[in-house]
Amino acid sequence: MVVGNKFKENKINFKKGFKTGLPVAIGYLPIALTFGLLARNSGLSFLNTFLMSVMVFAGASQFVAVNLVALGTGIGEVVLTTFILNFRHFLMSASLSQKLKDNIPPKWLFFLSFGITDETFSVASMQNKDIEGFFLFGLNLISYSAWVIGSIFGHYLGASLPEIIQSSMGIALYAMFIGLLVPNLKESKTAVFTVLITIIVSSSFYLLRNIVDISKGWEIVLVTIIASIIATIFFPEGVSGDEK
Amino acid sequence: MKNNFIMVLGMALVTYIPRMIPLAILPGVKLPSYLKSFLSFIPIAVLSALIFPAFISSTGRPLTAILGAITAFILAYKEKNLIFVVLGAIFAVFVSSLIF
Repeated sequence: MVVGNKFKENKINFKKGFKTGLPVAIGYLPIALTFGLLARNSGLSFLNTFLMSVMVFAGASQFVAVNLVALGTGIGEVVLTTFILNFRHFLMSASLSQKLKDNIPPKWLFFLSFGITDETFSVASMQNKDIEGFFLFGLNLISYSAWVIGSIFGHYLGASLPEIIQSSMGIALYAMFIGLLVPNLKESKTAVFTVLITIIVSSSFYLLRNIVDISKGWEIVLVTIIASIIATIFFPEGVSGDEK
Repeated sequence: MKNNFIMVLGMALVTYIPRMIPLAILPGVKLPSYLKSFLSFIPIAVLSALIFPAFISSTGRPLTAILGAITAFILAYKEKNLIFVVLGAIFAVFVSSLIF
């Protein structure tokens, strides 16, 4: 009986995660199509394109990689660039570790952590409650499926969406990020403060780009760390300190 | 061909390891409160850093991107479902690129 209930609960959580991930999937599809197309144009085989989406599952770095392949860059440089660009997930994983339900079996975490992207992390960490393992599984799976399927079609069809649809859908993931951020701003002053600080830090990096010349990957990591440190100094209670 | 596969394998490893290590180690570890606070600010800081300033070049034209972002902001402020925020912003960019 207890086992039956647990199974039902897992199923409900999985479905909820799957549904919650729909905006991510919508945002991923056009990008994945473009990725498949670009990979094909840069001479990456169908199999390697498919495997890259299946095994790496990190959009921006995959785009950079196929660009570098087209330029004939060496493997070492591609891998290093990928590492730098994707290191931000380290911060996300650390943050997520504080929000997961503690009943998730440790070996599951090896599997679930594979699915951490900017988008799945953002959606997961903006949930009001602690995150259930099966919720995260559902969220990761729909996002992952959209990414892999989109990449396959992009390479196979060798075509992308019509220009105007493509450019309109370019806003999708940013709209989702805004949609995740805004409710926090209504609820918490510390959130408003954090956003403003981040924009100031991020703008400073932009203004100083000729002096401090760092890659996009390190920039996001540094901006996030600096802004979070400043926010912690002003609000040692954390982001939820002034809620409720 | 084979080289490209090795590249994919290398990319997969250096992407997976930073994703995996914190989640494999941190749950169950008692962290000092300042570190917990720091980690609690990361989602909002990351979101802001991802949006700003990159969204401006997301549609190929700053004007349509800004109109799309404003639409998303308004819909989100009115607490519409995330899917409508996304579709509304796409629609706004679509219409504004037809007009302007």
